[in-house]
Amino acid sequence: MSSLSYLKRRAVNSLMLVLSYGSAMFGVAVLLLILLYTMARGASAINWDFFVRLPRPTGESGGGIANAIVGSFVVVGVASAIAIPIGIMAGIYLAEFGKNRLAPVVRYFADVLNGIPSIVAGIVAYTMVVLPMHEFSAFSGGVALSLLMLPIITRTSEELLKTVPDTIREAALALGIPRWKVTIFIVLRTALTGIITGIMLAVARVGGETAPLLFTAFNNSFMSLRLDQPISTMTVLIYNYASSPYRDWNEIAWGTAFVLIAIVLVVNIVSKLFTKAKYAL
Amino acid sequence: MKLATGDRTIRFLSTVFASMILLLIAVIVYELFKGSELSIGRFGLKFLVTTTWDPVNEVFGALPFIFGTIVSSVIALIIALPISIGIAVFLSELAPQAIRPSVSLMIELLAAIPSIIYGLWGLFVMVPFLQMYVEPVLSRYFGSIPLFGGVPIGVGMLAGGIILSIMIIPTIASISRDIFNTVPMLYKEAGFALGMTRWEVISKIVFPHSRSGLTGAVMLGFGRALGETMAVTMVIGNAPSISASLFAPSYTIASVIANEFTEATTKLYVSSLIELALILFAISMVFNAVARLLVSRERIVQ
Amino acid sequence: MAKKLVIEHLNAWFGAVQAIKDITIDIEENGVTAVIGPSGCGKTTFVRCLNRIHEVVDSARVSGRVMLDGIDIYSKTSDPVLVRRRIGMVFQKPNPFPTMSIFENVAAGLKLNGIKKKDRIADTVEQSLKNAALWDEVKDKLFKPATTLSGGQQQRLCIARTIAIEPEIVLMDEPASALDPISTARIEELIQQIKERYTIVIVTHNMQQAARVSDYTGFFLLGELIEFNRTSDIFTNPIDKRTEDYITGRFG
Repeated sequence: MSSLSYLKRRAVNSLMLVLSYGSAMFGVAVLLLILLYTMARGASAINWDFFVRLPRPTGESGGGIANAIVGSFVVVGVASAIAIPIGIMAGIYLAEFGKNRLAPVVRYFADVLNGIPSIVAGIVAYTMVVLPMHEFSAFSGGVALSLLMLPIITRTSEELLKTVPDTIREAALALGIPRWKVTIFIVLRTALTGIITGIMLAVARVGGETAPLLFTAFNNSFMSLRLDQPISTMTVLIYNYASSPYRDWNEIAWGTAFVLIAIVLVVNIVSKLFTKAKYAL
Repeated sequence: MKLATGDRTIRFLSTVFASMILLLIAVIVYELFKGSELSIGRFGLKFLVTTTWDPVNEVFGALPFIFGTIVSSVIALIIALPISIGIAVFLSELAPQAIRPSVSLMIELLAAIPSIIYGLWGLFVMVPFLQMYVEPVLSRYFGSIPLFGGVPIGVGMLAGGIILSIMIIPTIASISRDIFNTVPMLYKEAGFALGMTRWEVISKIVFPHSRSGLTGAVMLGFGRALGETMAVTMVIGNAPSISASLFAPSYTIASVIANEFTEATTKLYVSSLIELALILFAISMVFNAVARLLVSRERIVQ
Repeated sequence: MAKKLVIEHLNAWFGAVQAIKDITIDIEENGVTAVIGPSGCGKTTFVRCLNRIHEVVDSARVSGRVMLDGIDIYSKTSDPVLVRRRIGMVFQKPNPFPTMSIFENVAAGLKLNGIKKKDRIADTVEQSLKNAALWDEVKDKLFKPATTLSGGQQQRLCIARTIAIEPEIVLMDEPASALDPISTARIEELIQQIKERYTIVIVTHNMQQAARVSDYTGFFLLGELIEFNRTSDIFTNPIDKRTEDYITGRFG
């Protein structure tokens, strides 16, 4: 054995493994850096008023982002109302009736749709909803987000329905339960925990979207619950306030970022624990 | 036959809803074409190669944005690829079982952070850092190379590329990890039995076995970078210029739409922006379509 | 005794592969009929044809007639859902609905078949669990997940679930093959207890089990019915050489 080449091979091996460890550490470090920085800087902007008050003009202290928090929930609510039923039904189709030529096509395009740039979803919602209605609106924002949500919910539902073993379907069919009831009350129910987890993740993801809302939901300085009017959202508010030259508005952007990131983190971690508990069964 | 009716109803409904996904793609394509009619009619293919973007005189060209989009994504890929592969190797081959799930979770959380937060962080933390520490150093030692020429102002192509790279790392890393995990233990053991080092097993057995899947993962990451909007918009400088310098401000398709769409006053202006969206949609759909084929083929082979 | 099921020239396929060939057999009412044979002989496919669950699998196909009280369950006007209500099935591996409680498992068939009265459901659940010899073990934890039960208990739960909808026939596909000897004995005991009310067809690879529990036995080999007779005759005086070889342990 040539010891020189062996040493060289060992050296290369060690170097590459160290680089691999380093990459992982880099990834973790970036995450912690962003999270901790946002938390630290955002925390100082947050107090009770922050959650219950409306924004104030720059220079006046004590404003809040109540309208943006409510608005984000309204827009995401609209998106969910559109995308969840369609997505689950499409998932049922792919998992339960998908043994034909249409299904692979649908599955493939759902995946492709999943990669649609979010700003394009905004444009489509603009031309489809805002133009005919002649008004920016919470509804159009919801439509834009639903385009992003739909493929995720479809594929998640499909994957989870497929994890339900056929023996469960057969057990139910053998009880003389009609196929459609088996699908809804047995199969869907069995996969429900997982599907809800998937939906939570999809909601968190689109809830963090900004680009599709810029020219759909637009913006609103006041509290609004109307679907046919512009509405404020946390993400657009962060963008507007971060881009402004006023320092107090910048700080409100950080505070809002804190709230947003806290929601996203909680949803993600809770759903991880959820799925883990389920697999432990 | 009341029972069969229920069966037929759910079958019919689910087919209809599933078909809506196909319909939706068609609607998106139709809306984008319809919206860009005016601009396509006026500029034709010249739109793609014109470097002017002049709303006042209504001359619109996409080239600076196409340039900015592709170059920023390429930079992102150059940075993200080795790191992502490193992370994937770590997660699938090296990490002790005890810490594997938590590191995995943290990498996945990187993907869950909203784009706007990356933008905020990029603008207030990364850009000043680049401006004060990184760019002056690069400029001092490599300033004669056009790539590092120009004034270091923080915002610009480099900042855009870096922020994008962070955002696509979790995409590439987690798909690559899944693909590495499908390489049968048997092959790896065969490598070890031949006296290969761990790295040799990874590079000579695991990588070749994962080739098409890795290509797919890279393309998915690239596709994500192309369409990314907020974070880039906040750090790339937003100037429609084509420059050899990494420090120069640039503009991406997604950014110009985000910045100017609500301010576009004339019909032609709006139409040109929609045509940009069409171009972006087309480019990212091509990448996605091919990437999905590659990733799914890899998984079917297993 | 009356003939509950009359099976004539039954064939079944998976794609191009024929799993059972030209089976003709009568199943006596309130008797226990055992189906034995080496693995891969088509015995499972055979019982799965009797409640039309075979056709649930893709590419599966059936021909021939299965007359339930004189009416062909494979006729055009026959609804597989209604057939399955009259012919229940217990599977090889216990398959309780994993997200349901013990109570809900037994009640599922009733509720989803349109029975709404709560007290009637509760009564039926209790009675079915008693008939399945499980009541005493679960009566204090009816609302615990079914997955908390042991394998043998789960299988008795599946039997309770099946008899809750009061079928006329119960098909059992190797119901004890995944269970330990004590659980197996309990299942066999249970079969003896419920056979007065139901017609039972049981698939087993265990010849002693067939000898213990059944009145009639059919021996399957390579998709064909080789011999069918009273259990006592089959085991003491087989007519076909292949049957004799099998029951004396010369192959399989």
